[in-house]
Amino acid sequence: MSASLEKGVRVLKEVIDAPIASYFSSCVHCGLCAEACLFYTETRDPKYTPIHKLEPMRRLYEQEYTAIGRLKKLIGLSKAVTDAELAEWQELVYNSCTLCGRCSVVCPVGNDIVYMIRKFREGMSASGNAPDGIKGAVNRTVTIGSPMGVKLPAVKAQMRHVEEDYGLPIPMDAEGAEYLVMLSSMEIMNFPEYLGAIAKIMHQAGKTWTLCSTAFEATNAGMQIGNSDLARVIVSRIVEGAEKLKVKTVISPECGHAYTALRWEGANLIGRPFGFKVRHIIEVLGEFQEQGLLKTDGFETDRLTFHDPCQLARRGGVIKQQRNLMNMVAKNFVEMPDAGFMNWCCGGGGGASAIEEGEELRMEAFKKKKSQFDAVKPDRVVTACANCRIVMEEGLEHYKMDLPVVGLTEMIADHIPNPVVAKPEGN
Amino acid sequence: MREEEGVLLAGLAEHGVSRRSFLKFCTTLASAMALPPAAGLAMAEAMASARRPSVIWLPFQECTGCTESITRSHAPTIESLIFNVISLDYQETLMAAAGHQAEEALHNAIKDNFGKYLLIVDGSIPLGLDGAYSCIAGKSNLETLKEVAKGAAAIVAMGTCAAYGGIPKANPNPTGAVSVSDIIKDKPIVNIPGCPPIPVVMTGVLAHFLTFGSLPELDKLGRPKAFYGETIHDRCYRRAFYDQGKFAKTFDDEGARNGWCLFELGCKGPVTYNACATAKWNGGTSWPVESGHGCLGCSEPDFWDAGSFYKALSMPASPLKVAAGAAVAGAALGAAVSFANRTKKGAAKAGHETTTLPDLEK
Amino acid sequence: MSELQLLTWARGSGLDLAIGIFLMGVLWRLFEIYSLGRKKDLAEPRTVAGASGMSTVLRRSIPPAGMLKNSPVTYVAGYVFHVGLAIIVFFFAPHIKLFEGLLGFSWPGLPSQIVDFAAVLTIIAMLVLLFDRITKPVKRYLSTFQDWFTWTLTFLPVLTGWMAVQHLLLPYTTMLALHILTAELLLIFLPFTKLFHAFTVFGSRWYNGTVNGHKGVAV
Repeated sequence: MSASLEKGVRVLKEVIDAPIASYFSSCVHCGLCAEACLFYTETRDPKYTPIHKLEPMRRLYEQEYTAIGRLKKLIGLSKAVTDAELAEWQELVYNSCTLCGRCSVVCPVGNDIVYMIRKFREGMSASGNAPDGIKGAVNRTVTIGSPMGVKLPAVKAQMRHVEEDYGLPIPMDAEGAEYLVMLSSMEIMNFPEYLGAIAKIMHQAGKTWTLCSTAFEATNAGMQIGNSDLARVIVSRIVEGAEKLKVKTVISPECGHAYTALRWEGANLIGRPFGFKVRHIIEVLGEFQEQGLLKTDGFETDRLTFHDPCQLARRGGVIKQQRNLMNMVAKNFVEMPDAGFMNWCCGGGGGASAIEEGEELRMEAFKKKKSQFDAVKPDRVVTACANCRIVMEEGLEHYKMDLPVVGLTEMIADHIPNPVVAKPEGN
Repeated sequence: MREEEGVLLAGLAEHGVSRRSFLKFCTTLASAMALPPAAGLAMAEAMASARRPSVIWLPFQECTGCTESITRSHAPTIESLIFNVISLDYQETLMAAAGHQAEEALHNAIKDNFGKYLLIVDGSIPLGLDGAYSCIAGKSNLETLKEVAKGAAAIVAMGTCAAYGGIPKANPNPTGAVSVSDIIKDKPIVNIPGCPPIPVVMTGVLAHFLTFGSLPELDKLGRPKAFYGETIHDRCYRRAFYDQGKFAKTFDDEGARNGWCLFELGCKGPVTYNACATAKWNGGTSWPVESGHGCLGCSEPDFWDAGSFYKALSMPASPLKVAAGAAVAGAALGAAVSFANRTKKGAAKAGHETTTLPDLEK
Repeated sequence: MSELQLLTWARGSGLDLAIGIFLMGVLWRLFEIYSLGRKKDLAEPRTVAGASGMSTVLRRSIPPAGMLKNSPVTYVAGYVFHVGLAIIVFFFAPHIKLFEGLLGFSWPGLPSQIVDFAAVLTIIAMLVLLFDRITKPVKRYLSTFQDWFTWTLTFLPVLTGWMAVQHLLLPYTTMLALHILTAELLLIFLPFTKLFHAFTVFGSRWYNGTVNGHKGVAV
């Protein structure tokens, strides 16, 4: 129970760097970032303007790191950042921001607003102003091993089911395997077909792979709450597991923020480069497709569209692969307006979906996603993030839209003929 | 005979100038001052029948250029004959007398015409060393001016030195030079600036005074609006080139030879009020810009200190003094702030308390 | 003080002071901002052509897909203002002479009628932007005293300069003095307000492009 404003301020002072100083000094209050943010466009409430979500940090930067700001503080002309203010800002920094990054690509002076929000969350969490929903998720991830509270026995149970259904072994702790496959709680709980899909694909490609008993969870709630210390604890498990099993590549599952946490933040959290590669499953499938290791049969014939998860596409750089994969198994693939790099967020990433009190806002914001669907009227939506799937399903239900959401990896695997393999001889 | 009435016309006739020509001259003069046509006639009548008023011309800290300008005018001889209309009782360069005789002429003129004579002053008045920098007949110009101004009906500050201080006043003003209006506060003063002024400007003002008994309409700086109401720029025949951005870059380049605008070569036309562009010089022969040289701004106060004659109005008027030092100061201040910033950030990092789960709660 | 004396002061001591404060401010602020540094990114980079700091510095001047249609006033008026101002400042012959006097070199200018036209467009664009800032909810919500102040600081030199050349309202000498004085005020306050984006836009875009370029994303 030691979160305090003082701690939060100290953390912010630590994380504020030259980019942030440059960004705050460049903002000209043009308001274009608001037009890029679905929380503003669907509610028309100016308080959701992305740069405004950073106002306390901006004042802190001025008061701590500029000569004039320090002078003003000295003579009592500046407004101090208070705990009450940070509490007030919780809604703006967490509920109404999914770290989707659209604001960062739109700002004409080049401000990377999502970069700043991520850092602001460090101060928010250290000062005790993070939302309960995400705190719970972090708690469960750190103590139990996954944000939804999934433990190893549950994983093993799923493994057995998949082995039975698909007739393929699901390796665990296999040292020297090429790929270490990570899962997200969502997949273990809600979409177990993912594991089966992996098994089929790996079998066809002839690649060795494994799960890790001490590191099966990819989701990093520490990153979502914005606390590097906690994010480090979670990532370290994966690093230890990968290094112990001596794998070449760790595969991040169909989850957005898990990829960002491991692929882009991971090495910086532990303070050294990884000795292994990190790839999103879609990247791996893309590689397999290029190398001719992916052989599929038949096509989906209904009208399909693809929702690009923010952390995969705009923030992760994986944009072409999903399209190539879609074209491999879909005859009627249509793109939504703004698809790809400029896609609109589902509204639930970055921990937002864990915040109960933010649900109403999320449903408002979902109108944007709904408008994209309305523009192409697909029969089904394909995506590559389990959280996006859940969030979109909730949103579609709220708006009484009958539109199934499916995962890309599963869809690919559905078109791989089931292998004829002898039953495993037991574990 | 000089005090008799109606002598002017007779004098003119002797010099072969008909009454008709004289009338024409007066109407031209009137129109140059934008006075109504009837004024020309009034001027002619007034001048023809005037009792020639006394005029005293005092030269102070001057170069005699103003006198040269007036007397060198190549205008019709009528202009110089105007001096026969007035009784020029004291003018050191032109009068025949010298020494004690000249002094006596001055004292008599003052005594005989007290309150009614026109006082013309050229040259600035030095205040330094109690006025010792310029003395005539053992008296400082300052003392002389105050004394003679007492009985003047009006004062004409002839040339930029008398009007505004002129070249002696230029930085660093070693003699403490000031203008006539800096000293005399209780008499009507008309400033006729220029270095030197255009002859017809002088005669126009005099004619106005003789005709109407008052000075013509003056601007904020005491100059007759008739001659100083427009800038050189607004009457310049090269103005079209300014508007198009066609500038001569050197005195002998193609632009210069094509007669393009001289703004880049330092022309102060846009900020100078005078009649050079219309009345011109040497009887309408030419004027500086027409000859290919930019206007110096010589009818404006402090024109000697208004930046180089050869640097455009948009260029710095004096070399920058603080710029280099300020840049160094900025870098030093920046370095200091950088040090403070990095120290603070380092301290924050050193003071980092690892957050554990309970630490998420307040 | 006569009009010419005021003008001479503006061209002389005033200019000296303003440029001094400007240079001092720019250097101080650049150090202040960029001295905070940035930690090295230890994640395995993904190299993609066109995804880098430098490309973002240039590319960010183009509105991303869909944004121009969404916010035409901000983009169009913003561009007309910036381009117009650049034309006026850098391609009007008297201004080029000023640079020549300060830096020692010059470049060809544009015909004055074109600069005049650009000035009119710039003034209109600025008025449109002011109106937009007052009427659009987001802009009004974000705006502080500094936004109105910097708008005025920027508008006055453009307006007075144009009025001087057009001989409007006040005599040329006074108008020119006002133009130079307001331009000097602009210089003095530039490093300490949002106007400093004139310098930091390069750093900001570069950082954004570099961080995202590390991930192979061309922003």
